[in-house]
Amino acid sequence: MTPIPSLSLEIAVLTLGIVMLLIESFSKSDDKRGCVRFAIAFLTALIGFSFFVNPHGGNQFYAVDATAQFFKVLALLTTIVVLVMALEYSSVLAKFIPGVTPGAGLGEFYSLPVFTCAGLMFMASAVDFLLIFVSLELVTISFYILVAYMRRQSASLEAGVKYLILGALSTGFLVYGITWIFGLTGETNLAAIQHALETKQVATTPLLFGLMLLLVGLGFKVAAVPFQLWVPDVYQGAPTPITAFLSVGSKAAGFVVLLRVLQPFLAVPGVGVKVLAVLAVMAALTMLYGNLAALPQDNFKRLLAYSSIGHAGYLLTAVASATAVTDTLGSARLAVGFYLAGYLLMTLLSFLILIVVARHSRGDDILHFNGLAKRSPFLAFGLLTAMLSLAGIPFTAGFIGKFLVFAAAVQAGKFWLVAIGILTVAAGFYYYLRIVAAMYWQEPNCDTPIVIAPLTRFTIGALTFAVFFFGIFPQPILSLLKGPTLLPQTELHTAGR
Amino acid sequence: MLTLIIFIPLLAALGILLGAPARKTALGAAVAQFVLTLLVFLSYDKAKGGFQFLSSYPIAPDWKLNYLVGADGLSVLMLLLTGIVTLAAIWVAPKIEKREPLYYACLLFITAGAAGAFASVDLFFLYAFHELALIPTFLLIGLWGSGERHTAAWKITIYLGMGSFVLLIGLIDLYLAVPEALRTFNLIDLQKLASSGLIPAAAQTRPYIFLLLGFGILISLFPFHSWAPTAYASAPTPAAMLHAGVLKKFGLYGLLRVAIPLLPEGAKHWANLLLILLVGNIIYVGLATIAQKRLDMMLGYSSVMHMGYIFLGLAAMNTIGLSGAALLMFAHGLSIAALFAMAGMLREHRPALELDSFGGLAKHMPALAFAFGLAAFASIGLPGFANFASELTVFFGAYKPAAGLDASHFHLAVVFALWGVVISAVYMLRAYRAIFMGEPGKEAAAWPDPFKALRWPVVILLAALLIAGFAPGKFLSFVQPGFEAVLPK
Repeated sequence: MTPIPSLSLEIAVLTLGIVMLLIESFSKSDDKRGCVRFAIAFLTALIGFSFFVNPHGGNQFYAVDATAQFFKVLALLTTIVVLVMALEYSSVLAKFIPGVTPGAGLGEFYSLPVFTCAGLMFMASAVDFLLIFVSLELVTISFYILVAYMRRQSASLEAGVKYLILGALSTGFLVYGITWIFGLTGETNLAAIQHALETKQVATTPLLFGLMLLLVGLGFKVAAVPFQLWVPDVYQGAPTPITAFLSVGSKAAGFVVLLRVLQPFLAVPGVGVKVLAVLAVMAALTMLYGNLAALPQDNFKRLLAYSSIGHAGYLLTAVASATAVTDTLGSARLAVGFYLAGYLLMTLLSFLILIVVARHSRGDDILHFNGLAKRSPFLAFGLLTAMLSLAGIPFTAGFIGKFLVFAAAVQAGKFWLVAIGILTVAAGFYYYLRIVAAMYWQEPNCDTPIVIAPLTRFTIGALTFAVFFFGIFPQPILSLLKGPTLLPQTELHTAGR
Repeated sequence: MLTLIIFIPLLAALGILLGAPARKTALGAAVAQFVLTLLVFLSYDKAKGGFQFLSSYPIAPDWKLNYLVGADGLSVLMLLLTGIVTLAAIWVAPKIEKREPLYYACLLFITAGAAGAFASVDLFFLYAFHELALIPTFLLIGLWGSGERHTAAWKITIYLGMGSFVLLIGLIDLYLAVPEALRTFNLIDLQKLASSGLIPAAAQTRPYIFLLLGFGILISLFPFHSWAPTAYASAPTPAAMLHAGVLKKFGLYGLLRVAIPLLPEGAKHWANLLLILLVGNIIYVGLATIAQKRLDMMLGYSSVMHMGYIFLGLAAMNTIGLSGAALLMFAHGLSIAALFAMAGMLREHRPALELDSFGGLAKHMPALAFAFGLAAFASIGLPGFANFASELTVFFGAYKPAAGLDASHFHLAVVFALWGVVISAVYMLRAYRAIFMGEPGKEAAAWPDPFKALRWPVVILLAALLIAGFAPGKFLSFVQPGFEAVLPK
């Protein structure tokens, strides 16, 4: 098979999105579910194609390296599962949308995630601040609409407004930061910036200022403390599939950009060490806030929101532990990549089961999961798997992720971060196992049988299997992450350590 | 063969969850596992020594990570303990009213995890297999436990979860202490590296303290012991037997297998701290045991207390001390399992197990009284039982610790430990008197003797104790060569 140009993947996704929009505009039928099934099949095929991409097709805006390919697969996978969730969620959604007939007006809800996916894929390859910014906006703007999609539900509208205002503000910070860096180096391309920083004398104080502004913007995207205040309300108010998309897609994108953007600056004397120190403090606060605030939650969706903040903390720990050593275990990029892959599987699994259970129990509080092991052993086992993986129990993908994060932190000698990590992991054991306790210890409080659509059942089964499979055999993901990075010498490194 | 020992219970558990008849499948798996462990015990070639029955399967070539199982004398002994206690625990399980399949599946997961941990020759899997038991324990205590079962379940799970992450940090730190090109999870290779001095002494202190605390939390080292008594008191009988008898030995096994041989300098550096803590285990927890008013709590505390003796053997870092500790792990596993099994039988009459509520049972249940007496004597450490032989060995080892350790501190610790024997005599005999001696209550005559129906599990455990007690040399010779080979000269 001749290698296909990498950009054709994004073009295909965009075309799919436009076609879906056109169908929504011109089709007479209100039921778009067939269209969604087609999109799911199409995106699945694209994952297959993404392994045959020409590895030399990059240019100054657009990189084709192992990291980019890996995160594109993650983006496609997330979108597929989100579309499955959207199908499962459509009956709930229809209640909150004014329409002449039931099912009308849902078309955009299915096509906008596809555009988000295209944005995420562009972002995975972006190596120029211009492309980074444009693709970030493509993602964020589709999220603005999707979060507020349930027009008749005030919680969804409130979430939409919060997300819009804070999102716009953070974008402002990001652009302002980019401006400062452009002003200092005269470049927007990351490799060119690195070259400029190596050859020219650049004042460090304004450079740090610009970088801090960038960190504010990206901190908002990945939900790091102290830019996390929007998360609980937005996650709880948004339609559940979109919450899942936000907590996985948005986070993955934020981290891939963070890794790329930090790369040129870490080697600069007097800058890299300081940036890493700031990141370490952010990581510690994020772990503490996310995990401790999750403890008293009674609503499962809100609990997942806080847990998603907590996981951002572990990911930031890995980023903050970036070192010059390129050991197979300690590398920050590997840890972030693997952690995100595991996080994707277990988070999507929990949200998918949450949607099914919430529909049958008429609520998404923890007590609605009481006795799930009796009502549906299949769903209970799936959710048990997700919770074990989120808590970091061995033989699940989540454990290998935590293992790599802690390995990176130990290797970097950041034992105070490790100590906070252990404390917060213990807190995580409590609130994740609360769900397990509800499912297995308690008696069910309603007896309606749970019907699961075949596609949903298959997806839950596949995700459950994948969590265990990659927890026992991590090698496939390691191999995917192993390929060459953007620039030959640009494994993350610091000057001072 | 070792893979079978791990996977038979796992597959049986999955089969039960998918609808196989619960008790029959579980008992079948336990018998198969027991026979296999006995076979391993009998066919282990002591003259050849080292790890035998090796088999491996590559997991992650990038990390040189393999699923690698094998057994040396220490593992063989621990596997045999796992086999015996599992068989007894599943046999003794009472009739389960609700969710029987899940109950047996959880028990089988625990035993699979223990067997996997003891048979793994790879740090990663040694750690991972142990964790397999965490969630089944949580479910077992929370669903079928007694008393304050929810509190106890939360306490043990969060304690052990946190402890295992401390342990994980220690293992990572150990992995990184080796020069970069030689890093490996393979214990045999790590042992070779350590023996040729490639783990520098300066790099040993930090990983060792993480390992000591991590394993220590799993063993209920003072002052991290408070999870254990409540959990054992609340857990259903088979879970308490498996956990106190087998699973808790994992932490000690880890110290014997990983921490001390690979990081001897680190162990010497922290020896005094360990001495202080283990005296805490023996004296402080021992006194707390005397104060207990309920049999299950008392047994839980006593099991914490006896860990102190094993720690004493470990701390001495000589062949005698380590071998004694290994044999004591085996003996204590059997005796505490037998005691919990009988406590479970008594629970049928007095669910709260308050010592004052019994009395004179020896008249109605002479066989149970006799068996309980034997197990109590074993637990105190009277001659004839493996506990006696091994405690004696531990004391000898500790009296003359390895070079580089301060002998006078050890003498002090041995004196305290001897007082501990008196303490255990006090609480065990008091419990025996309260339950079996004196005048029986009126209603006691009407009690059926559960021991008649369920005597075989206890008989197996006590028989193994007696065999090991009369021929301790046979068992010690399994572990001695291994320790001699790894301890620094």
